[in-house]
This record gives sequence, C-alpha cells and structure tokens, in this order.
Amino acid sequence: MQKAMKRWFPILVLPTLVAFIIAFIAPFIMGVYLSFTKFTTVTNATWIGLSNYQRAFANADFINALWFTVKFTVISVITINLLAFVLALLLTKAIRGTNLFRTVFFMPNLIGGIVLGYIWLMVINGILYYSNATITTDPAYGFWGLVVLMNWQLVGYMMIIYVAGIQNVSVELLEAADIDGASGFQKLTKITIPQIMPSITICLFLTLTNSFKLFDQNLALTAGAPNKKTQMLALDIYNTFYGRPGWQGVGQAKAVIFFIIVAAIALTQLYLTRRKEVES
Amino acid sequence: MGKFSKILALGMAGCMLASALAGCNGGGGGASSTASGASSQNDTKVKEIYFLNFKPEIAEKYDAIAKQYEQETGVKVKIDTAASGEYEKKLTSEIAKSNPPTIFQINGPVGFQNWKDYCADLKDSEFYKLLTEENKDLAVTDGEGVYGIPYALEGYGIIYNSEIMDKYFKSENKKSDVKSTDEINNFAKLKEVVEDMTAMKEELKIEGVFASTSMAEGNQWRWQTHLANLPLYYEFKDADPTGNVILNGLKAKEITFKYNKEYQNIFDLYLNNSCTDKGLLSSKSVEDAMADFALGKAAMVQNGNWGWSQINEVGGNKTKAENIKFMPIYTGVKGEEKQGICIGTENYFAINSQVDEATQKASQDFLIWLFSSDYGKKAVTNDLGFITPFNTFTEKEQPTDPLAKEVLAWKAKESGDIKNPEWLFTAFPSENFKNEFGAALLEYVQDQKSWDEVTAKVIEDWKLEKEATAQ
Repeated sequence: MQKAMKRWFPILVLPTLVAFIIAFIAPFIMGVYLSFTKFTTVTNATWIGLSNYQRAFANADFINALWFTVKFTVISVITINLLAFVLALLLTKAIRGTNLFRTVFFMPNLIGGIVLGYIWLMVINGILYYSNATITTDPAYGFWGLVVLMNWQLVGYMMIIYVAGIQNVSVELLEAADIDGASGFQKLTKITIPQIMPSITICLFLTLTNSFKLFDQNLALTAGAPNKKTQMLALDIYNTFYGRPGWQGVGQAKAVIFFIIVAAIALTQLYLTRRKEVES
Repeated sequence: MGKFSKILALGMAGCMLASALAGCNGGGGGASSTASGASSQNDTKVKEIYFLNFKPEIAEKYDAIAKQYEQETGVKVKIDTAASGEYEKKLTSEIAKSNPPTIFQINGPVGFQNWKDYCADLKDSEFYKLLTEENKDLAVTDGEGVYGIPYALEGYGIIYNSEIMDKYFKSENKKSDVKSTDEINNFAKLKEVVEDMTAMKEELKIEGVFASTSMAEGNQWRWQTHLANLPLYYEFKDADPTGNVILNGLKAKEITFKYNKEYQNIFDLYLNNSCTDKGLLSSKSVEDAMADFALGKAAMVQNGNWGWSQINEVGGNKTKAENIKFMPIYTGVKGEEKQGICIGTENYFAINSQVDEATQKASQDFLIWLFSSDYGKKAVTNDLGFITPFNTFTEKEQPTDPLAKEVLAWKAKESGDIKNPEWLFTAFPSENFKNEFGAALLEYVQDQKSWDEVTAKVIEDWKLEKEATAQ
C-alpha cells in the first residue's frame, strides 16, 4: 500500500498542485513583481524599483491602519479565546441541553462576514439612535463594534475546538488528581490546560490571523469612517489599490508588507505555543 | 492526538497563509489567465460589445435598449453597472479582463489622465461629429486628440416642493417679507425663509426644511463635489473674470478657498434646518434624502435632475411632478442674484483603445445608433432622461420630466442676464481630494473638527493632490 502510494504520488497530487499554482503561487509572484512597478491595470506595468515601498511607509493612513489593526487584534484575540474557553468548560459539564447550546453558539459562524457586518450595523445604530449618534460618530464605537462582531462570529467556532480538546483530556489523570485532593483550579491549570495546548495553538492561530486580515466586517460596519480612523490594513490596501489612481503600485507594496507581517506573526505564534504542547 | 494535531495545525497554517496571499492578490489572479484570447475575432463580425454603465439609477433602462439593439443588428451589448461611488474600482478590475469594457465613462479631464492609455482618439469619428458646434468645446481633449464625448447635460441646485412653499407663503403666521419663491435671489432671503419655515414646521406638516444631509460613506458627493463647486467657481472667476474657469481650475496648483465662509453658510443652513438630527447624518444615504423629499418630510433637497427617477420611484411618494422645481444654491457671494443653477457634465463616453479595431467600430456604431436612430432617441429622452448635446435631437426631443424641464428653462435664461455656473469640479485634483474633503465635513458635522480646520485641510489637500497627480 505504502509503495503504491509512493509510486502514484506525483499523479495524485498533480490536480491540486496545478490548482494551487494557478490560484495562489502565480498571483503571489505576480503581486510581488507588481509592487515594484507602476501600473494602471495589472497588464501594463513599468518597473520603478522601491519607490512604492517608500510611499507606502510615508503614508499616514497605512501607519494608522496598522496601529488600529494591532489594537484590534490584541483585544479580540484575548476576548474571543477567553469567552470560547469558558463556554467550552461550561458546555463539557453535565448540563442539560449542551448540544443545543453548542449549536446555537456555533451558528453565527455560518453567516458570511459582510452580512454579519450589516446586521450589526443595524443593531448598533439602532441602539445608538437613542443618544443621537451612529457608529461612525466616534472611532471608539467602531472599534468596539468590530470587537463585538468578531467575538460573536468566532467564539462559537473556537468553542467547538476547545470542546473537542477538553473531551480528550484523560479521565485517569483527573481522577488521580481528585484522589490526591487537588482543587478545581489546580486541575484546570495543571492538567486540562497543558493537555489542550494543541487546541490553544490552533485557536490562537485562527483568531490572530483572522483578526489581522479582517476585511468584510470592517467594510460593512464602518467602511473606515470617520475619516479613516476605523480603517484596518486590508481595507486600507483595497482603498489604496482601487480608490486612488496612480497608487495601485503602492497598494500592491502595502499588500506585500501586509503578507510579511501576517506570516511573521503567525509563524512566531505557532512556534511559541507548539513548544508548550505535551504528548499525552 | 499529538501527532494528529500537529499535522492539523500545519495544514491550517498553510491554508491561512495561502488565503492571506490570495486575498491581497485578487486583482492579479484575474489578469494572469486573461492576456490571451482578447483578439480572436479579428475578421469575423463583432458579436458582442461591453458597456460599463456609470448610472445605477437607470441601469434597468439600458437592458431594454441593449435587447432592442441586438434584435435590430445582431450585436449583443453587454451592460454592467457599477454601484454608486464604485465606478473607478469596477473599471480598474474590469478593464484588465480578457473581455474588457469597450465603452466606458470618464468623468472629465482629471479622470482622463488616469485612463489615457485606454481612451481611443475620436477626433475623426462619426460619433464626435454628432455633437453640436457649441458643445464640441465640452469634449475632453488632449493636444489635438478628442478622447471623451459628453452625452448628457445635467443641472443641480436646490430642488423644492412648491406645494409646501406655497402653503408657507399663504400662511398668516409667517414672519418673513418674502412673498414667493421667485423672490428668493440671495442667501439672506433664503436663510430668512428657511428659518421661518423651520419655526412653523408643525403648521407646514414637515419634519424639517431640508432633507437629510447624507454623510454616509460614498454618499457625500452632494457636498464635497457639488456644493464645493460654488465657492471655488467664484474664486477662479474672481481671479480671471473672462477666462475659462475649468481650464483655470486645472492649471491652479493652489487655492485659497476664499469663499469658505460662504460654503459654511449654506452647509450650516442645511444642517440646522434638516429633518434629521445632526448626530444621525453619518448613516444617511442620498436615497434616504430623496425619500425624505418624496414623502413630503422635507421641502427642499440639494440634488440634480437625475434625482427625478429616485423621487418618482419612492413608494408612497406624495410629491406631485408639477410641484418639483429648481432654485439656485445661494451661498452669500456678492452678486449672486444673477446666479443660476449649476449646469455642466461629468459624463463622457470613451472607447477602449486596447480592443481591436472592429470592436471599437462596433462600439461606436452602438452609440451612434443610440443617439440618432428613432428608437434610440426616444429611449434617450423618455427612459434615460438625458438632455443631450447632440445635433440629432430637435428642441422637441428633450426629456419631459419636471427637473429636466427646469434645467432647460434655466439654460434658456442665459439669454437674459442669468449665468449658470459651470461644473468646475471636473477640475478638482482627484477623487481622493473629494473624499478627504467629505471626511473632514463629517468630522465638522460631528463637532470633531472646527470650520477653520476643514478649510485648512481643503487648501492643503488641493496642493498635495495636484502635486501628486503632476508626478
């Protein structure tokens, strides 16, 4: 079996590889190339070297968007994972209707980001209406609106991953700890958390990258208003590329920088949390 | 467990990184698969042309026209429409595809600079020859070449509901001396009437004199483009009374925003006498404003003749066609008694020079058919509602909707001593200039910026954006 797999490997992997090259590798290489050029549409480019990168870093919008994104990511990664973990703990206890609750919490994740954005826009504007304001009145409203939206969408998903992890925690160890007289908190920190480190790795990774790359929700909820103060990186790149004639190359340069940042953060996080994983 | 999750984590990592890339490079993806196949139909008859429409409010009408054209000639016209404020984005992505738009729109000389490489020279074309002599000046030119053909003259001002106005002028409780809307011929009188009307809004059964000052993202063009036209028009007019303001605007590297106080005058009047509270304006769209007006919640709204279709289509519309009139936007500039409504165009057709000759020709044929055949002309005047600059249209063949009639009436007044300001905003440095202006206005509305800061921002942005586009 093993041998047969090895022999057929190139043929079996070919379709996926071709699709991957067409859909990911080729556009990526082209994207990097375009970031060094000046172009109106992607088919007529002239080489101009590094000046797109200079303009990208000199662009105040980009730096603002970067800080806004970082702040947003930090807050939402913490809140999403805390909430998801607490829910998972509750829903692995013997409570009636856990399956129903799990389904309910997971459901928001099934709705697309842009739709969620508009739903929350209506909800938030509906509430703020009573104080004669809208979500774009103050950048802080937009920021916390995004955090709430992101939590609502991702908590259920992360919860399911944590639930799976917690259900795999070895019952023998917990029983032994009970006999030794460990408290609930001790069991949590010394047994459960170390054993579910793989789940934590995945959840942190997913929330981190998803928050950093957030686009649809940002576009639907605030579109960057007021005055680009709630604009995140992906939206800034989109607006630079499509919204400003002559700035397409700069948009492309920003996209490459964006990729490097996301990749660096994600890989560092993977490395750090995976070191803490234990074999059970 | 450990091994499985490691593989899972790595797999996830791969997927996420890959999708990060794909997200950034959506534009690139479309292009790589396209470059070939663009010119496979050289000698065969052109089967399809593609028109990227700028005006969402009449998108459906174009579909019917395309169907008729296909029936008559066998050439399929693909019509696509960009959402409001998204035209440049849509065009950027569409034009890189293997079947790019063959007819598209540029918004004047500034837009032309961006699409220069794609605009065919139409100097010797039959289509250009359709323009009447006096309107040939309106075309977008560069050196000897002609690259954009104007196709619709439009006008904007303050649209008012004369039914509500008459009710006010007949009321015994009014305090102002102005006796009819015709007497309003400067800002002082406008302000007097508007503020008096606000005081009597219960009696007039309105929620505010002006419809919502729409400040939602993508809906600020009535202020950062149209309203901004007036102060800058006067600024350039003052500097060179006999010159062409649009050309002077294009040349100007800096502005002083001399009439910023006048802009503030009218903008504050809109805000303080609106049917919507200031704090809620950032969620209001132009559609909302037109609905306010159509439903009789407001007596006035600043917009152009294209707004007629929106007013007309609002369900429960209470405003009768014969009561919809235009009044100039008065801001308090000296001598504005002679000012009319702003008439001009930012609608220019361009033909994509990168598609093959036969397709360019076929695209032109469609436009010529649209503006000279009997069916086409009827559709243009009745369905599209364009006031065209072409010699194929007689004086009777003009749209009959109330606002278009008003535009024609104001244009006719030019033979007297009324002067309708041109659309100088086609000379504004860039889209970004307008968007930044809009963002600053929103902050002013929300009390986060003072008027002086807005003024300073506008002056600075004009300079920066002119420098940037000169590069």
